[in-house]
Amino acid sequence: MYKYDEIDQQIVNERVAQYRDQVRRYLAKELSEDEFRPLRLQNGLYIQRHAPMLRIAVPYGMLSSKQLRKLGDISKRYDRGYGHFSTRQNLQLNWPKLEDTPDILAELATVEMHAIQTSGNCIRNITTDQFAGIAPDEVIDPRAMAEVMRQWSTFHPEFALLPRKFKIAVSGTKHDRAIVQAHDIGMEFYLDDNDKVAIKVWVGGGLGRTPILGSVIREHLEWQHALTYCEAIIRVYNLHGRRDNMYKARIKILVKALGIDEFRNQVEAEWLHLKDSPNTITEAELARVAKHFEAMPYETLPAYDLSFDAAIASNPAFAAWAKRSLHAHKTLGYRAVTLSLKPHGKAPGDATSEQMLVVADLADAYSFGELRVSHEQNLILADVKLSDIYAVWEKARANGLATPNIGLLTDIICCPGGDFCSLANAKSIPIAEAIQMQFDNLDYLHDIGDIELNISGCMNACGHHHVGHIGILGVDKDGSEWYQVTIGGKQGNDASIGAVIGPSFAAEEMPGVIQRLIDVYIQERTPEERFIDTVRRLGIAPFKAHVYADKNLSREVKNEAAHV
Amino acid sequence: MSNLILKDHIVADDWTLVQLPKVEQEVRMQAGKVVMFKLTGENTTSVEQIVNTVIPSTGKVIVPLSVYLARKSELTSRLANKELGIWLATHEVLEHLTAIEADLNVLPLIGVHVERFADGRIFSIGNLLRTRYGYKNTLRAFGDVLRDQLFFLKRSGFDSYLIRADRSAEEALQSLKDFTQPYQGAVDNTQPVWRRVNRSA
Ligand code: HEM
Ligand code: SF4
Repeated sequence: MYKYDEIDQQIVNERVAQYRDQVRRYLAKELSEDEFRPLRLQNGLYIQRHAPMLRIAVPYGMLSSKQLRKLGDISKRYDRGYGHFSTRQNLQLNWPKLEDTPDILAELATVEMHAIQTSGNCIRNITTDQFAGIAPDEVIDPRAMAEVMRQWSTFHPEFALLPRKFKIAVSGTKHDRAIVQAHDIGMEFYLDDNDKVAIKVWVGGGLGRTPILGSVIREHLEWQHALTYCEAIIRVYNLHGRRDNMYKARIKILVKALGIDEFRNQVEAEWLHLKDSPNTITEAELARVAKHFEAMPYETLPAYDLSFDAAIASNPAFAAWAKRSLHAHKTLGYRAVTLSLKPHGKAPGDATSEQMLVVADLADAYSFGELRVSHEQNLILADVKLSDIYAVWEKARANGLATPNIGLLTDIICCPGGDFCSLANAKSIPIAEAIQMQFDNLDYLHDIGDIELNISGCMNACGHHHVGHIGILGVDKDGSEWYQVTIGGKQGNDASIGAVIGPSFAAEEMPGVIQRLIDVYIQERTPEERFIDTVRRLGIAPFKAHVYADKNLSREVKNEAAHV
Repeated sequence: MSNLILKDHIVADDWTLVQLPKVEQEVRMQAGKVVMFKLTGENTTSVEQIVNTVIPSTGKVIVPLSVYLARKSELTSRLANKELGIWLATHEVLEHLTAIEADLNVLPLIGVHVERFADGRIFSIGNLLRTRYGYKNTLRAFGDVLRDQLFFLKRSGFDSYLIRADRSAEEALQSLKDFTQPYQGAVDNTQPVWRRVNRSA
């Protein structure tokens, strides 16, 4: 993975000094609350229900074992012994003290980490596929470009105070796993007819209050122009995006208001001036960065491993886990392994300090000292030999990291919700926990098969509920917590936004509602259909009918009225 | 003590800022440059305001863009004497100025007023003035200007900053040096770091 040189290190160190002084000025009352706000936000510091929340950047989800150890150590010493991996591949600490945050950042800087631009109205952490570099269906490893873009976007002077936050995702696979269409800018790398690396650029996607999938602004962009083209897009947005209403301030609203054609015209006009300017990426610079992402020193291995096959045959628990948690690898004899941060009945995405240390050890022993964070909020060892997988499983299982539910119903994506977040309409973690307990039967879970369930505590959609096969959204009605359910959302190349099935539910109804949705699927599915396929084939009507079968009408009418 | 920074020194301000008179009556919202869209909620200036703007008859003055556009003819001698600058707010349309002034360098000073700290349009405006319209003279940021914008303002082409009156310009000066080797090319140094230094070493 990328290693800092003196220049990277100096920037991070100077940032720590700058931030330390900002905190000092704030504590000395030289900065008002309002003035400190944008400054701390640029540094990932939110003020939440209980305490500040610090969001630490994990660029495109890559971590070294050394970094993870440091995170384990920091969460123990400065927090309550755990951290929360987020759907943007970052790590959040829920309980740090404001006065400690400069020290935390100083410690992070020692392992080439920071919290720069993890919140605030600026260009955020650039995300990508958690299997970048190892996926068999990958055309281009997007990580070098993601790093080039990370550096370019860091303290970009023109885009430091945008109308709203700005998220970029990149992907280099045939099957998009980075949800590029749900980002402000999405870049899909591919090889063009001349075998040159080119980029398909999407703009104006986003979830939140107004879920919109992005539009293609350019089918073909030579990679050298990635930065200048982004500058053109973001400049048009910076000048013309709305600043009067924060709910209408994302680029998606501007793109929609202008129409993609007019927006494209403006961007292309701007780009005429920027094209070939010095920020045009050179071969040499890309090569310098790409060196850090060269393939690992893999052994030459056969496609099969006898000990692994024997363990699968003799140990059903191992086999059940392996079926869900292993992923194909470019290199023969290797697999990527997902360690589940979704044990039933715990907050999805949380990892304790001890677990972080265990995973760091596992990475050192079995996966070249590196790991990744997925946007599904799990941890991934990307390069494990088949012959080592059993050992990984044993240690992971002993530490609560081997729930065999990857990609299954209980692998829930969930935001912090009302337990931690001051914007929440409703709690989300207890709903996730209740659903996990309702479906706490592995055979049954495996029978239900691939499905994605996403929960957000409010329409800011941190849990990506719109693109969940089943999405749950916390809504506030007359001061109490209700949940609205959507089905048919999907991420990937054929992304779609879920449809609301009807009036919302009380918390205690939720496990039953999910049960009924699953019942309809089990009854209606064809042998090869996943839940999402059945929903797409049948539409929402049969699901809706069953879920609301015995609800009396008056209740529905009342709820509907409350919606308005 | 002056709160004006020019380059990296605190200097006395020998310019007089000319403001539009305040209006009592309800003001119309402006549909900005992108006519099909953009209701950013900013006010336009009325004809009355423009007519009633009092421009001191001597000394160096910075007049609002809208006043300059409407009353250019009465300002020609001031312009010739290099005692006329203009200022615009971040929602105003730069092209209105460039349309009537082929060479902006007749103006010794352009000011950009930023009403709220969080309004980052000022950075794009600075950039455009320098790179697109070739403006070479003093480019001054004023309004809600605090030390934490300074580094970005400098990189976006500004070379003068009027720090908000309740803050110390002395301290703000420190921020111009926050980062030694920024990554990307910008107005002050167009070369990105990988063209500036040999990083492969
Ligand atoms: C607890 C503190 C948090 C606060 C106050 C917060 C606040 C917000 C807000 C206000 C938005 C909507 C922005 C908009 O649409 O313009 C948002 C979006 C988002 N948040 Fe959070 N969030 C928090 C935690 C998290 C966590 C823990 C995650 C990851 C699990 C997360 C992931 C996201 C994502 C992915 C979006 C983007 C949705 C989109 O693309 O529009 N957030 N957040
Ligand atoms: S979706 Fe809402 S409740 Fe959940 S973390 Fe985001 S802002 Fe908070």
